Amino acid sequence: MTVDARPNLPPLSLHVPEPKFRPGDTVDFAAVEVPPAGAQPRPDTAADPASFHELAYTLVRVLDDAGQAVGPWNPRLTPDTLRQMLRDMALVRAFDERMFRAQRQGKTSFYMKCLGEEAVAVSATHALSRDDMCFPSYRQQGILIARGYALERMMNQIYSNTADELHGKQLPIMYSSREDGFFSISGNLTTQYPQAVGWAMASAAKGDTRIAATWCGEGSTAEGDFHSALTFATVYKAPVIFNIVNNQWAISSFSGFAGAEATTFAARAIGYGIAGLRVDGNDALAVYAATSWAAERARTNQGPTLIEHFTYRAEGHSTSDDPTQYRSAGEPTAWPLGDPVARLKDHLIAIGEWDEERHAAQDRELAELVKVAQKNAEKNGILGHGLHQPLDSLFDGVFEEMPWHLKEQRQQMLDEETASGRPWARKK
Amino acid sequence: MSEAIVSEEVGVSEAGANTRMNMIQAINSAMEVMMARDPSVIVMGEDVGYFGGVFRATAGLQAKFGKTRVFDTPITECGIIGVAIGMGAYGLRPVPEIQFADYIYPALDQLVSEAARLRYRSAGQFTAPLTVRSPFGGGIFGGQTHSQSPEGIFTHVSGVKTVIPSTPYDAKGLLIASIEDNDPVIFFEPKRIYNGPFDGHWDRPSKNWSGHAGGEVPEGYYRIELGKAAIVRPGEAVTILAYGTMVHVVQSTVEDMGVDAEIIDLRTLVPLDIETIEASVKKTGRCMVVHEATRTSGFGSELVSLVQERCFYHLEAPVERVTGFDTPYPHSLEWAYFPGPVRIGQALKKLLKD
Ligand SMILES: Cc1ncc(C[n+]2csc(CCOP(=O)(O)OP(=O)(O)O)c2C)c(N)n1
Ligand SMILES: [Mg+2]
Repeated sequence: MTVDARPNLPPLSLHVPEPKFRPGDTVDFAAVEVPPAGAQPRPDTAADPASFHELAYTLVRVLDDAGQAVGPWNPRLTPDTLRQMLRDMALVRAFDERMFRAQRQGKTSFYMKCLGEEAVAVSATHALSRDDMCFPSYRQQGILIARGYALERMMNQIYSNTADELHGKQLPIMYSSREDGFFSISGNLTTQYPQAVGWAMASAAKGDTRIAATWCGEGSTAEGDFHSALTFATVYKAPVIFNIVNNQWAISSFSGFAGAEATTFAARAIGYGIAGLRVDGNDALAVYAATSWAAERARTNQGPTLIEHFTYRAEGHSTSDDPTQYRSAGEPTAWPLGDPVARLKDHLIAIGEWDEERHAAQDRELAELVKVAQKNAEKNGILGHGLHQPLDSLFDGVFEEMPWHLKEQRQQMLDEETASGRPWARKK
Repeated sequence: MSEAIVSEEVGVSEAGANTRMNMIQAINSAMEVMMARDPSVIVMGEDVGYFGGVFRATAGLQAKFGKTRVFDTPITECGIIGVAIGMGAYGLRPVPEIQFADYIYPALDQLVSEAARLRYRSAGQFTAPLTVRSPFGGGIFGGQTHSQSPEGIFTHVSGVKTVIPSTPYDAKGLLIASIEDNDPVIFFEPKRIYNGPFDGHWDRPSKNWSGHAGGEVPEGYYRIELGKAAIVRPGEAVTILAYGTMVHVVQSTVEDMGVDAEIIDLRTLVPLDIETIEASVKKTGRCMVVHEATRTSGFGSELVSLVQERCFYHLEAPVERVTGFDTPYPHSLEWAYFPGPVRIGQALKKLLKD
């Protein structure tokens, strides 16, 4: 290898991003710009995306420091809706806590929490119609919970047990529920993005009224599928909402490795001529307002919207991760946008619709609810080296109809079971 | 254990003293040795920099060699490989990591249409001297996106080499040879045996590498030439062709059954060490091929074809093929899917029947 540097020119240098804080560093997030709540304009949903580019660089915020909902983005929700959102978010948190512990107790192989990001999925779900189609990543368990999906069913999937509706075929938390408008989660990042566009295009082509929404992490925006999705969506004005959950980290890689040193993720929309919003993702009301605004645009054939939810991944990436290895332990508590559950709670208290005692009682109730669900789910088994899924189900679902070679292989597997002298469960 | 092939100009002393390593440490050591020897070697991939990789295979490299030689990348596998090809065109020798083999598919176009054909289509003006490292294989309850064995997809592509080690010793020597190779190499690391050999019995306590000869690894530079298989157990009754994790599963099954099998660890799938295979099968007259990957169009099919093309008149029984089943990798039924001792044992019995 020869370096052909000309002596009369300055040498080039390679820039490699570096996060502000590493383990042991004192965290100071003063550089994170947090504009005041209520200060951001709310364009008409029919406005040309080119007329509000500034919304891709600020933060749409509704809840102020006093817990009041202010400004044009205030969605003016009823106290009942607010309480339901708070309950759903707290339930997601209680569920996460319990399932994380179940993995640590060896009851399953894997779990992923969304601590600190509960508003992103829960508020958006409340702002969508029940029949809108969601294409989530692995960190939007809040969608299922907000749509009333039974905790026990989620746990059955996590345990890959006999009642697992996905038949133990998929890694824990990779849920799927067609009847709840929840597309099968993939382990491969961002594949859901163009799929959501396709669903939305189909809905538009058929003159339907339903729209699609999809989510991915900020790290995942680097994948080619992200950019394919945005191109299709702008070309066909697809009725789809793109959510980028910018929780600052992608396993050990900070957002700078997805381009955050140069611009915002919401600004990705601008080059494609798509409406872009950057939202305080820990402000449940801002997430709600942005989603319903984007949904209205989609429903009135104004096309796609891209929403960056600015938030923070308060815990490890998954049960396989130890974040103290690569980021400062001080980050989660120093995060300037607070805790989404606490902020919604404070708002409800500030408007006289909630109090600390009720909140504590609700937390106890939810913890109990999760505990009971777990007990029931565990009656169907925990992940125990596969012994809880019927052996002869292994070959189901590869194709609609089983071809000869799979039938032969299934027979081979059953013969192996006989030869092993250790009978496994069979389909009833 | 196979001999290290020490290149002439470096001499034996380069290999240095032996030390105990697991496979991750051996792989890390290979990259460290090569980065120290050759300033054109760079390491890149998701989470490989400061953190040192989700399996810690690149731990310490960034601290030692700096951020412009060891760096994290955006999460885009097609980007990682495309960029590595461009760096190779400049004259670097990139060692990109794909975090799991299951995530290599977004990079297929860059690997298949570009890296694999660059030398051919440019008449050698440009080459793609990359070594793409990626953990592969199952047995860790990783579900369908952390368990696959896609080696057959790459052996089908002309212009890429495919290498799969089965011990820390081999991993280091093969990785060094791969990095030094001027053609693109897919280097699949059997993650089930990163920390120790696996006998195929999931319900037995796991072992580490300290009790295995292959866990003894020279600290310095040595290479194991690509395209050379290793006979890990000489025998007369049957030839068994395997690679990666399955070498160990086969070895323990054969010992348990008391079969005098000759076990060949292929180590490099393309280019294949056909001489070693042919000589062995002509000697034993029986052959079994084993891999964890799905069966149909798997690399085993290629092995069976080669054996019957070249050894047909020496064969005393049809060649047996033991593989994973033709389903996606399941989560809960992982051990029903995995070609473990029972499946291997049954095939062996059939093969040795008369
Ligand atoms: C195609 C692909 N490449 C790599 C991975 C491994 N991986 C899983 S999650 C992840 C980080 C994703 O980060 P981000 O998009 O920010 O989402 P977050 O986890 O923060 O919610 C990576 C690299 C994968 N699952 N799929
Ligand atoms: Mg992230």
